[in-house]
Amino acid sequence: MVNTADISPVEKEIWKALEEVMDPEVPVLSVIDLGIVRAVHVEGRAVEVTITPTYSGCPAMDVISMQIRLLIRAKHYDPVTIKTVLSPAWTTEWMTDAGKDKLRSYGIAAPNPKQQVCDNEYFKREEAVQCPHCQSWHTKMISEFGSTACKALYRCENCLEPFDYFKCH
Amino acid sequence: MNFEFLYTLHLADNALILGHRNSEWTGHGPILEQDIAISNIALDLIGQARNFYQYAATLYNGNKPELNGLIKAPAFQQVTGEIDEDDLAYLRDANEFYNCLLVEQSRGDWAKTILRQFLFSSYQQLLFSRLEGSADTTLSAIAEKSLKEITYHVRWSGEWVIRLGDGTEESRERMINAIDALWKYTGELFLSAPYEEEMARRGGGFAPESLKEEWLKKITATLEQATLPIPKEGWIQQGGKQGIHTEQLGFLLAEMQYLQRTYPNSEW
Repeated sequence: MVNTADISPVEKEIWKALEEVMDPEVPVLSVIDLGIVRAVHVEGRAVEVTITPTYSGCPAMDVISMQIRLLIRAKHYDPVTIKTVLSPAWTTEWMTDAGKDKLRSYGIAAPNPKQQVCDNEYFKREEAVQCPHCQSWHTKMISEFGSTACKALYRCENCLEPFDYFKCH
Repeated sequence: MNFEFLYTLHLADNALILGHRNSEWTGHGPILEQDIAISNIALDLIGQARNFYQYAATLYNGNKPELNGLIKAPAFQQVTGEIDEDDLAYLRDANEFYNCLLVEQSRGDWAKTILRQFLFSSYQQLLFSRLEGSADTTLSAIAEKSLKEITYHVRWSGEWVIRLGDGTEESRERMINAIDALWKYTGELFLSAPYEEEMARRGGGFAPESLKEEWLKKITATLEQATLPIPKEGWIQQGGKQGIHTEQLGFLLAEMQYLQRTYPNSEW
């Protein structure tokens, strides 16, 4: 995801600290798991963190920015700047494997590989989404839009439980 | 500079007004899943609008002497210091909105909402795929980001057009009524406003005329699949992109802007 070769020890410390900032909508995922932190720059006591939103209208972004600011300020850095970039656009490809595992154990199906991203073809559905409860592949989409912008609603035809799918993006 | 500002406002207003219209369904959708779907689409559009408004506010604050005269609404003129995205959304009067007429039309029934979404999202998808190559890096980044969401909107609304058109007698009749109600507002999408022409000339924007053929092909194919009649070219109602609106916009703004105008600078 991010090239770690030229990261200074202080920057490394901040990257590590950011693992504690959770997505308020999916509280098992940190901003690092999600892949929305794109860069950290430290100069003296000044810190700039570059983040990118998952979806344009994601209401969690304001809360996430504030939490990042508070966390770094608590480590006596000042000023703390949060820069938002839109390009390159966020993709579920940037989600870490650890993040995908956390999602599954939380009961949310993790995103399939990128080649299944939404395209224009009507009534085309993702090949198979695995039920996070009983691991069956025999599942059915109920709605492409779910409880948050990043999720779709599915039902398992095996255990009959409904579940959220973190959709490819 | 002012064409760049107006062009950005035009893109923002399209997204905000349609986002607001769609949000009127929240809690009133025909079934729960589709209530959630249209609310999600509203959220995506309002998110896109915020990105454009933030950029428009930056342009305005950086060139205030030149742009100050463009927004005469008293509530807006009273803002002291730098303006922000909320000032642009909530404090402008109807004749200072540059959205196309299509997005401000009342939500009507589910068929009208679906058809409008499909007509607009198909247009937006074509426009933003061109805008991705804009010389203006902020506009191109917003377009790139939005396109992924728009793909969902096009597919979802297109599937519903097919379901309703090729559905029951009633759903089909409602779709035909929706086509009658909305078609006259689609021509405006492809007629350039002066700020679109100017931006196209400078490589920052895109003149929409050349998108019409491709758009029509997509719409025609989907309506055919839905067994619906293909509307003929006819009267084009226009003016929205120039700030001349149908009465629908005034009612929408009265509701959307009420709080900020009644309690200026309130925070919550």
